[in-house]
Amino acid sequence: MTSNNPSVFLVMVNGQIESANFPEYDDLYCKYCFVYGHDWAPTSGLEEGISQITSKGRDSSQRLVWNFPLDITFKSTNPFGWPQIVVSVYGPDAFGNDVVRGYGAVHIPLTPGRHTRTIPMFVPESTSRLQKFTSWLMGRRPEYTDPKVVAQGEGREVTRVRSQGFVTLQFNIVTKDMKKLGYDTTSTEQVSPPQ
Amino acid sequence: MATSSDLREKLRNKRRALQESLGKVKDDTQALVPYDSDATKESDHTAVEELTSRGDDPGEALRRSLKAQRMKKKKKLVEEMSMEIPPEEEVVKAEVTTVQELQFEQEELSEDTSAEGARSARLQRDLPPLPVLRANSSLSESSMRQRVTEKLIVAKSIASRKMKQEASQEPPSRLQSLRDRELLTRFDREADPDLHEAEPSFAARVKFQDAARRAIRDKRGETGLPTAEEAYNFFTFNFDPEPQERRSKGQTKTRSRRREGEDQEDELDQEEEEEEEETEMEREQEGEEESRDRDEDAPLVRDEEEDLFIIDQSAQDFLEVKKSEYIGYNRRVLREREILFTPSMRAVPASSKLPENVQPRYPEEEGLYVGERPPVTLSNQNILENRILKQDQGKKWFGDDGRIMALPDPIKESSSRPPLYHLEEELDPALQTVYRKALKSKYVNRYIAGVGDTQGDYQLDVDVSGLIFSHHPLFSREHVLGARLAQLYDQYLSRQHKNLTCLLTDKLNGLRNTIRNMLELHSGEGISHVTQHRIAEYKQEVRHTRQLRDSEQEKDRTLLKSIIKVWKELKALREFQGFTNTPYKLYIRKEEVQRALDEREQEAEILAEVAELKAESEEDYERKMSEYRRQLEEWKSWRRKQKALKKKQKKRRQQSQDVNEEEDEGEQSEEELGEEPVKPEAPEKPDIAGLEQQVREKACRIRRKPGEPVLVPELTASSPVTPNEQCPRGEFARREDAAKCSLFIKVLYNDKEVSRTDSRSLNADFRVHFGQIFNLKIVNWPESIKLQIYESVSSFSSLLAEVCVPIPESSVLTGSAPSEELEFSSNQRVTFNHEGVGSDVPFSFAADGSNRQTLLTSGKLSCCVSWAVGDDDVPLAPPSSQSGADMHSGLRQMDAIACIGASGLNDMKRLGKWAAESRLDPNDPNNASIMQLLSVASGGEVAIPDYFRLEQLQEEFNFLSDEELQRSRRFRLLRLRSQEVAEFRHFKTIPATEREISEKVFEDYERRLKEGELVDTKEHIDAHRALVAKYLQKVRESVINRFLIAKHHYILSDLVVEEEVPSIGVLGLNLFKLAEPKRPLKPRRKERKKVTAQNLSDGDIKLLLNIIRGYDIPIRKPHTSKPAAAAKSARSYTETFTATASSQTALQGNDWPLGQPVIRPFVEVTFQRTVLQTSTAEGPNPCWNEELVLPFSAPNGDYSTSNLQAVRDEVFINIFDEVLHEVVEDERERGSTVHTRIERHWLGSIKIPFSTIYLQSRIDGTFKVATPPVLLGYSKEQSLGSEGGYDAIRSLSEGTFLTLFITIEPQLVPGDTIREKFDTQEVERLLLACEIFEKDASQRFPDRPCLTTVVDINGKSVFITRFIRPLAPPKELLDAFPNNLQEATELVARYVSLIPFLPDSVSFAGICDLWSTCDQFLTLLAGDEEEHAVLLCNYFLSMGKKAWLIIGTAIPEGATAYVLTQEQNRYLIWNPSTGQYYGQYDTFCPLQTIGCLVNADNVWFNIQVYAAPMRMSFDVTKPKFWKPFFSRSFPDPGLSSVQPEELVYRRIDKAAAAELQDRIEKVLREKIMEWRPRHPTRWNRYCTATLRQFLPKLELSGGREMAEEHRLELQSLLGDYRISGFPLHLPFSEIRPIIEAVYSTGVHNVETPNVEFALAVYVYPYPSNVLSVWVYIASLVRTR
Repeated sequence: MTSNNPSVFLVMVNGQIESANFPEYDDLYCKYCFVYGHDWAPTSGLEEGISQITSKGRDSSQRLVWNFPLDITFKSTNPFGWPQIVVSVYGPDAFGNDVVRGYGAVHIPLTPGRHTRTIPMFVPESTSRLQKFTSWLMGRRPEYTDPKVVAQGEGREVTRVRSQGFVTLQFNIVTKDMKKLGYDTTSTEQVSPPQ
Repeated sequence: MATSSDLREKLRNKRRALQESLGKVKDDTQALVPYDSDATKESDHTAVEELTSRGDDPGEALRRSLKAQRMKKKKKLVEEMSMEIPPEEEVVKAEVTTVQELQFEQEELSEDTSAEGARSARLQRDLPPLPVLRANSSLSESSMRQRVTEKLIVAKSIASRKMKQEASQEPPSRLQSLRDRELLTRFDREADPDLHEAEPSFAARVKFQDAARRAIRDKRGETGLPTAEEAYNFFTFNFDPEPQERRSKGQTKTRSRRREGEDQEDELDQEEEEEEEETEMEREQEGEEESRDRDEDAPLVRDEEEDLFIIDQSAQDFLEVKKSEYIGYNRRVLREREILFTPSMRAVPASSKLPENVQPRYPEEEGLYVGERPPVTLSNQNILENRILKQDQGKKWFGDDGRIMALPDPIKESSSRPPLYHLEEELDPALQTVYRKALKSKYVNRYIAGVGDTQGDYQLDVDVSGLIFSHHPLFSREHVLGARLAQLYDQYLSRQHKNLTCLLTDKLNGLRNTIRNMLELHSGEGISHVTQHRIAEYKQEVRHTRQLRDSEQEKDRTLLKSIIKVWKELKALREFQGFTNTPYKLYIRKEEVQRALDEREQEAEILAEVAELKAESEEDYERKMSEYRRQLEEWKSWRRKQKALKKKQKKRRQQSQDVNEEEDEGEQSEEELGEEPVKPEAPEKPDIAGLEQQVREKACRIRRKPGEPVLVPELTASSPVTPNEQCPRGEFARREDAAKCSLFIKVLYNDKEVSRTDSRSLNADFRVHFGQIFNLKIVNWPESIKLQIYESVSSFSSLLAEVCVPIPESSVLTGSAPSEELEFSSNQRVTFNHEGVGSDVPFSFAADGSNRQTLLTSGKLSCCVSWAVGDDDVPLAPPSSQSGADMHSGLRQMDAIACIGASGLNDMKRLGKWAAESRLDPNDPNNASIMQLLSVASGGEVAIPDYFRLEQLQEEFNFLSDEELQRSRRFRLLRLRSQEVAEFRHFKTIPATEREISEKVFEDYERRLKEGELVDTKEHIDAHRALVAKYLQKVRESVINRFLIAKHHYILSDLVVEEEVPSIGVLGLNLFKLAEPKRPLKPRRKERKKVTAQNLSDGDIKLLLNIIRGYDIPIRKPHTSKPAAAAKSARSYTETFTATASSQTALQGNDWPLGQPVIRPFVEVTFQRTVLQTSTAEGPNPCWNEELVLPFSAPNGDYSTSNLQAVRDEVFINIFDEVLHEVVEDERERGSTVHTRIERHWLGSIKIPFSTIYLQSRIDGTFKVATPPVLLGYSKEQSLGSEGGYDAIRSLSEGTFLTLFITIEPQLVPGDTIREKFDTQEVERLLLACEIFEKDASQRFPDRPCLTTVVDINGKSVFITRFIRPLAPPKELLDAFPNNLQEATELVARYVSLIPFLPDSVSFAGICDLWSTCDQFLTLLAGDEEEHAVLLCNYFLSMGKKAWLIIGTAIPEGATAYVLTQEQNRYLIWNPSTGQYYGQYDTFCPLQTIGCLVNADNVWFNIQVYAAPMRMSFDVTKPKFWKPFFSRSFPDPGLSSVQPEELVYRRIDKAAAAELQDRIEKVLREKIMEWRPRHPTRWNRYCTATLRQFLPKLELSGGREMAEEHRLELQSLLGDYRISGFPLHLPFSEIRPIIEAVYSTGVHNVETPNVEFALAVYVYPYPSNVLSVWVYIASLVRTR
């Protein structure tokens, strides 16, 4: 695959959803999916995944550790619509109903290398107090019709959210042929001759 | 303490010395002692003692003698004092006494007041006595002088002697003076105050102790009472311990108040104690215990001996060791009680707070408003009251009611702000916090940023160097002339410096040379046009320059002349007045020139000029001549014409002589000749000779004569000025005044005086030199810097003038900035009575007073304002970028371009134009900057566009030109995708590089764009249809685009899934549900969860079709050749329903072959080319009860709501009869094998558009199957006996029915209808009423549709009744059945139904239901239910029927519009899209709910219990059943109709119809053959011909089963064939639906090898291009 005139560039993402910090909740699991533009296509790897349920550790940090691996390769012709990872976290509420604990999204880092991202998470709010009460009572909190909504800007103005916690992700990015196609994502300062 | 002990030591030394000296001093000095001793403490003590002793032996005589003695002594003393400043100690003391004696009152004052007073007294004592006092004393005691002088001389000598002694020791005086100084300086220092305060007093006391001792010597203790002298002395010498003590006590108090329990206090106490000790010591010596408050009259000294004894005592005698004093607590308390006041906390009786005999009065009780007092605790209040009462005038703090006066409590009970309930959402909009960007205040702006920082040090240096008056009121006449001379000389110098004349002369010569060169260069050849032009230009330039030079030369000469003239005047004046005031002196230096050379030059110059002038004048003459010639020519031609005209006239006149020639002649000549042009005058020949004369005259006027020496004036100030003494009185006065006059300058920064110069007196030459530099550290932006010149004569100063100094640019720095001369003037009127000419006063130089002049004070101020430079060479100027507008005033002066009127630098063009027009001399140094600017501007680099760009640098960032960008395929693709163009909306993975994109990508799109203009007639057959289709396409596109935009408006439910709040009803239901059986016997369909269409993909959506059962499916007929008797009956509405069934029953009853399968029907569903079928059932009323699942895929994979709504696919539900044919291949095998061939025969179909299913979400019910009018080989089954009531009802209707349940899995949320409000032309009131009406309706009956306003095709809301208006149907239809109204009605309905149906929801996806008017409908020839219904209703109305529009719901359309007519006594419901009608009580009427009725006048909403037509009343007059829109309370405002007056129909075009017929037939034939790729398709021509004959008949009969006989006929004709086929009837819109319909019948699927087909098409045209298309298709199988 060493063509001089590549028609696509590849972005390989591997990493993990390391941990989360939800001070109030426990026993959470998360789902992830990727949102990307028209010009993007996954070539290999899992586009979606759901993690195990994890409980808080006994240590003081109170983190929820998933260490849920991500491994996906995208090909694309156009950096527009650069993939984003959407993470949604779920967990049981006081009555044992599975409710959403947070949505969050972040762009996959553009530059090759190792990156750590912490995503602030949020959940949609109920439209009224009564709704809030009933949704709490019935264990049916408001949710996004599609978690991918959080990766797009359109239509967000109608929603109202509350922030919930943080999820830490770690990415290792490898790109191929980007420079050949004229997309230089590494800044000049960072480029240093390998020693 | 050390110091004090030291001091004490010194004092003792001094005392000793004194005592020694005293021994020598004569009695004079000793006599002084008692006075001194009086002043000391000791004197007090002694005085008290004296007093006590005096008590023993008081005597008037004695006292008097003492007094006299004292007086004598005093006088003596005074004499001494007056004569001499006393040398040191003793004399000082003496002096003090005198001083104090004389200043008795003064001292008294100081005595009884404060310690300061005391100190000042002390100071006075030490200071040298005032001369005034001396004088006074000398005046009062002048008689004693003689005597005292002698004594004083003696005293002097003694004093000097003593001085010497003291100088050898340690002079106490120095010590004293030192102390005094300390006192002065340290007075207000608190560091060690007690020491300083204590020391001098201590010292003084010691001194006075000495004095006291001496005083004792002086015996005067005999006197009992204190004399006036004594009393006076006591008061005067206030060094008594009492005030001292008091003072120190006061100090202690204050200090203790400040810092409690400090050591210093102790120290002080100690000191005090020491003092006390000392005093006590002396008291001991005196042997007496005294209280502090001693009587003043007490004798000072008891006896002489004591005093002498003291002198002999050593230092130890004065010291006594004693334990420190302790004051007991009680004592202290007692003592403190005197000083301290502790307010009690008990209430103060009202009586003490009020003036006596006043009862407290309470304003509240009197009805006055008294505010609530602020709450104060009672104890605090009491304390306060007690405290106040203690003060004098404390009562004024109490009001009438005996309470402390207080303002009402300012704190309000409730908060004055509106409460802020911070709910999550609505905050009162008025209280919403509005974020505004911080505004920079105007004033803030003035501050220079960064001031206060270390760097932000800005400093302006204002250098005021001096002032020169060009006129001043104190000018003498000579000064005026001198100033003028100086001015002229300055002018001369500056002109000399510029040397314009020389410059211009050079230029002139240069130009002349150029012209000459050019002429020489082109002498041979003809001069080109350009060169000629240039030469002309140069000549012009030469002329101009010459004129300029001449004027300059003239000016030079005039200036020189006037200088000389003024000088002469000055000289004359000096001579006249006889003195010289000004130092001006003019020397005129002559520079000899070589006469010959000069003459030659001048001559050459003159000649050149003359030549030029000549040339010019000749040129001018030429021009004038040519002009003259031209005019002359004109004139001549005119003349000629005139003559010709006259001739012609004459001729004519001759020809028609008889006719009134006279009249004609006059008229014509006048008419045609017109105005006679003036004959031009020839210009005069220029006077060449005169020219030279003129030039010479001018030369001698403005130039020096040849050979005349060049005069160079030189002004010096060397002339001697006549000294004052030699001047006359007037001039002397003037000079005096001038000398008195002085000037100073105030510097005002931003209109605030910051500093002023020193006042400098005016010099004789009226120049003032200040030379002062003011450094202004500035914080504010400089706005103005002003210098005000003040003139002060004696102490009075007045503002002379004000000069504004421009604020320097930040680049103007101190050191480099040049000094500027700013002119000022003042219009003050000043007159003098001396030689000064004054200001604004006329004066004259001449003796006779003629030639009067008026001059105003004026002058020049030379100053310089610049930004300072810091230590490190950093300019202390604010950054210029910030200065902005403030600096503008300064900048404006610099901007050369602003001066010429062009606005700023951006208007280069105008500047260039101006430069070209004004012919700027590029060599002129003045123009250098502009020329440079122009060269830059015209260099092309900075071409300034003449338009405005918001982002003028945008172009710099464009890496491609727009055209290139347009050409890029990739970019285009990306752009189209983002624009959501249908073809590219879902384009995935646009290639990364250009070359990978083929042009083909755009082919479809471009074709479509092209098609937009082109009308493809081929596909649409009919041109008109094509146009309509195009139009519809466009409307659709625009609406879809609008919708796509709207799609991006999200609502919460699009994004967030949220549970609905359960209402009480729902909760109740849920509770009820708990009681329900788990598995009910009759399960109901449950509502499913709705799914928004956003996140769906292919395969997610399925269409569920539950086919339950069918009714009345036609049955097969056995092959008989028996002709069935056609039961034709006269059809009428009344009979149709019963007769058909009965006739059929009658017809087929006997033919029924027992045992044979009547029919084996199955249902096949086709949707999006997916075909599914049920199992085969048997019998005419089969029951399938099967669920078919059809996958659904949205076009382009777009599952958005809009796209789904736009899906135009239809679900075809076809009923087939499965026919098994035994195929007998071989007769022999008959027994063993059975070969059967399955054939399917189409019986009928239902088609339901997907959009209906989508919008309805489910379709549930029994539907009529559209069956062809004739089904060959089939007939309707008659009901086999009455099985029950249901069948009986069913049998009433004709046709086949199918019970279906259709839905989409998962349930999709249908798109919302209109979210936006449409604009309208209806009145607001009506709209409001509509809203209320509809709201009310939907609240009461949510399932009943109610329409009041609808959207017309322009997207405007229109009230619905405006659509109803009687409109005549085409005449042809009415004419068809002139006698039978019923037939005609049916025909009209059929006509309406033939207009193609096109659901709005498809074309105008989800936006709304558009209503078009009837004419639009007929033009478009497409519309949905409401258009059909409106048209039908209008037709019925015009036919005289009572008709209403029904707004209701029907199956399968959903919300729809039907038409209701009232026939005789019953109501008919018409389905406008099929043309069918139903009785009110028809079970199979598809109309399910009636929401409202509409006619031209009103809208009625159904408020009956039931909405089904069967169970309701149509009597709209009953308000119980129908709620009218327009009622009495809201009458019909008389709405005009939107419909046209009448409809214009296009004529029937039979030829076109025939053509279309052929085309359709051809297309269908091809299609059928295409559909049968593996089999040959044979066409039975005979059959086709027969079928073709049937079709017109079918059309005539309106498609009813009336062609039975023809069918039979056909069968008889084709007896050998098994024939199956049917006619299809369709309204014509496009050819595609016809093909679809034919395909869906599946006739072509017959695979029998020997099958033949017959196809006949008939198109019957109706007016306005409404076409009825019949397709008769049949398959024939030869049976034998």
